[in-house]
Amino acid sequence: MPPLELPEIAWSQLLPVLVLIGGALVLIVAGTFLEGRNVGSAYAAFTVATGAGALGASAFLWNRVSGGHGRASLAMADAVVVDGYSVFFGVVICSAVVIGALISDDYLRTEGLQGSEFYVLMLLSAAGGLLMAQANDLIIVFLGLEILSIALYVLAGYHRRRAQSQEAAIKYFVLGAFSSAFFLYGVALVYGATGSTNLGFIAGFLRQSTLTEGVLLGGLAFLLVGLGFKVAAVPFHMWTPDVYEGSPSPVTGFMAAAAKAAGFSALLRIFFSTFATNRLDWQPILWAMAVLSLVVGSVLAVVQTNVKRMLAYSSISHAGYVLVGLQAATDRGIAGSLFYLLAYTFMVLGSFGVVTIVSRQGDDRHGLDAYRGLARRRPGLAFTFTVFLLAQAGVPFTSGFLAKFYVIGAAVESRSYALAIIAMLTAVVATFFYLRVVVVMYMSDEIEGEEAPAPVLIPGGAGLALGLSLAFTVLVGFLPQFVFDFAEHATVLRL
Amino acid sequence: MFPYLTALIVVPAVGAAAVALMPRSRENVVRTVGLAFSLAAAVLSVAVLVEFDTARAGYQLVSEHPWIDAWGISWKLGVDGISLFLLVLTGILFPLAIVGPKVHHDAKGYVAWMLLLEAGCLGVFLSLDLFLFFLFWEVVLVPMYFLIGAWGYEKRVYAALKFFLYTMVGSALLFVGILALAFLHQRATGTLTFDLIALGEGQSLAESTARWVFLAFAASFAIKVPIFPVHTWLPDAHTEAPTGGSVILAAVLLKLGTYGFVRFGLFLFPQAVVDLAPVFLTLGVIGILYGALVATVQRDLKRLVAYSSVAHLGFIVVGTFGLSTQGLQGGVLQMVNHGISTGALFLLVGMLYERRHTRQIADLGGIQKVAPVFAAVFTVVMLSSIGLPGLNGFVGEFLVLIGTFVSRRWWAVAATVGVILAALYLLWAYQRVFHGSPRGDNARFPEMTWRERAVMAPLVVLIVGLGVYPQPVLDRIAPSVAALVRHVEDHSDYRQPTPGSGSSTEAEAGTSGDHGAGE
Repeated sequence: MPPLELPEIAWSQLLPVLVLIGGALVLIVAGTFLEGRNVGSAYAAFTVATGAGALGASAFLWNRVSGGHGRASLAMADAVVVDGYSVFFGVVICSAVVIGALISDDYLRTEGLQGSEFYVLMLLSAAGGLLMAQANDLIIVFLGLEILSIALYVLAGYHRRRAQSQEAAIKYFVLGAFSSAFFLYGVALVYGATGSTNLGFIAGFLRQSTLTEGVLLGGLAFLLVGLGFKVAAVPFHMWTPDVYEGSPSPVTGFMAAAAKAAGFSALLRIFFSTFATNRLDWQPILWAMAVLSLVVGSVLAVVQTNVKRMLAYSSISHAGYVLVGLQAATDRGIAGSLFYLLAYTFMVLGSFGVVTIVSRQGDDRHGLDAYRGLARRRPGLAFTFTVFLLAQAGVPFTSGFLAKFYVIGAAVESRSYALAIIAMLTAVVATFFYLRVVVVMYMSDEIEGEEAPAPVLIPGGAGLALGLSLAFTVLVGFLPQFVFDFAEHATVLRL
Repeated sequence: MFPYLTALIVVPAVGAAAVALMPRSRENVVRTVGLAFSLAAAVLSVAVLVEFDTARAGYQLVSEHPWIDAWGISWKLGVDGISLFLLVLTGILFPLAIVGPKVHHDAKGYVAWMLLLEAGCLGVFLSLDLFLFFLFWEVVLVPMYFLIGAWGYEKRVYAALKFFLYTMVGSALLFVGILALAFLHQRATGTLTFDLIALGEGQSLAESTARWVFLAFAASFAIKVPIFPVHTWLPDAHTEAPTGGSVILAAVLLKLGTYGFVRFGLFLFPQAVVDLAPVFLTLGVIGILYGALVATVQRDLKRLVAYSSVAHLGFIVVGTFGLSTQGLQGGVLQMVNHGISTGALFLLVGMLYERRHTRQIADLGGIQKVAPVFAAVFTVVMLSSIGLPGLNGFVGEFLVLIGTFVSRRWWAVAATVGVILAALYLLWAYQRVFHGSPRGDNARFPEMTWRERAVMAPLVVLIVGLGVYPQPVLDRIAPSVAALVRHVEDHSDYRQPTPGSGSSTEAEAGTSGDHGAGE
């Protein structure tokens, strides 16, 4: 028997993923020894440090892929790619880890859910997301997808005593497994049509012989279903409101940021880079998905009275904006999508951070009533939430405005005028429901009498997370050049 | 050189931040600080007026800094004869709107939003970069929304939302229009830029494309003006807004729309404007007549003034799309005049409401007997709004009408009817509110306080001053307007008819040149 040939492992190319997994392993071991002891915020602090370490590792890789002499490279028998694009997603997902962990710390304590497992799962799912962004092989994409998803299924049901949380986990798991099956079937069909699962090989094969046969297109469609589910784009969004509402609030924030980013990292790469030759096949479908996501997300958000559900629908419409960038199928469009995802990560985590704080113990005060007169009790918190909401609505001098500017600019550049106008008009609808929360906070009086709720307390960790998100949202709104450059240079390796 | 224009935007913005950081309980301090910042902006705007070179047509005091290089976006501000007096108007009205009306709760929030609004309005008037312009255009919305929604009257939340959504729909189209213009320009010339002058001089769009892009711009401006039939947000917003909000809304915010037409519509899309002028002229005339007729039948005094704005802005639209040098001069002047007189009217109606807690005309009467000074000030302001010769309103309307008469005769004739109707609804309202003998609470109507007189005095001085001697203002407006009309002629098949030749519109193709400056 010939010796098994192992590919050379380029450890440094995988550094951010390894940092996250290493952190998770340390944490799970430490957790077994420290079981039952009061460790304060140590777990959260360690997770934040790990996330920051992974961010540093991403910066290290960034130097390798960008600049004068740097360039993208393949590793591990061409199964993994290190390019500006994958590093960018590393930054997005690691930022989500840092902020998500900061928000979770106090939440877990007040809900009596302390333990290292929560953070371990968070780090593992982030590692899965990073792997998806780095994957140059459909099998690796699937591997990353599963690592990400399985950890998230558990996180969704992490609040053991809340039936809603259990329900969210089951729902997410069943539908998620279903969509993973779709994805896998898509991989099989693409393999059948092209003879490989390697993205580079597929791209090369398609350049040689432009296939339009059913097997390939069917495979493409199934891949789209599987990834469309992860990014919560209509018509694969059905799970989103229930899962977002039922999951513990910090998990919802993390899920909305990291899972969406990871899903898009694979979606953008596979469609824009690998199947570039079939652009005319998938562009109309993505056009329709973008329009549906924008319209359904914003229109259904209007009728919600639960803030968490409303944010769930709004995250669907955000997915629509990212698709607007992808649909343009230009470098500017992809850069726009990347910028949008980065800006969105901070806005959405900040928003769910506020939701976590306002819901107080029990995690069930998510009605609009909970926000009544918040400006009077907690002016700082109300102002912060207002900024996040206005940023999501796309008001100037916030990162959200520039994000919309970027993707819609890309759409206009590629002459998708109708899509651009639809996107802007749904932004108007979206503004309506964001403003409704603002109105409740600023223009309604608190409920008086015995109904008066317990005071809203802002824990230190969550306060720090909100401060970071707020600073990013506003600073980028004023001085976007730096992040624009980052997104622009985060190019996909053309295969 | 001192960056006047940047300072003009930064000062109120810093003021807003400063006020926002002050303790809520110290209302007097908050008001004083707010007043100080708005007065500083007023001084700066007057300084710009002093620094302004009368004879030059181009942009002056330009300050330009690169901002987002990759997209060709820069922080570029400049002032010319068209924006100069809008700037001064904004500078003068904001301090009055901040200290004039009483604010019954949360003075801090009110002052902070007002200052932010001022920064946004000044930004719109000064921007020479389309991206920057759009930013400020959107910035204006948020403070106004809060001013109406939090400090307004009974139906305030509804009115605020209606205002916001209407304007946002327009903004959506404007946004796509700006992007389309920039990218089509890039396709034609190879450079991506949002610079107004580069885009306007470039004229790189095909004719039909330019028309569509212009319509996207125009939709947004038309809602803001507002032009019939998208005016329905205005009566609600004006009526429900607090007095200070109504003053700014009428005096400054509506001008953003007409200013947009002049600065961006005419400059960027000359041919499209020429082609579509009859549509906008017709809508403008409809606005004049419809606004006047509806104003006549209002029972609520504030609503009456609101509808009178629709009519008055119709004149500005007619002057703009009449495309004659005189008419356009009149239009620009009328923007300032309407700001002064309608702002003053809203202040007076606010004082009336403070005293009587009603705006219903039927509940008022005989106020002239008990408050002669109040009645006298009201008379002057009202007559200015009607357009009585010798007061400011006359000059603008007259220029609009004679200018348009030369270029677009029948529209001018129809618009003239509006002048008569204005006299009708305002005089009739005046008669019902001020004449007769005071009944009930009206008999105890308090006279104007000294503070109120101090607030009204500058406006009355301006009304009379601009009416008697408008020449210094026209001297500064004229070169820029003449240059703009020439720009339209250079880039379209339109030729301005010579006054007195007796012919209208297209008969004059071939004659060109500069009429109008300083006539």
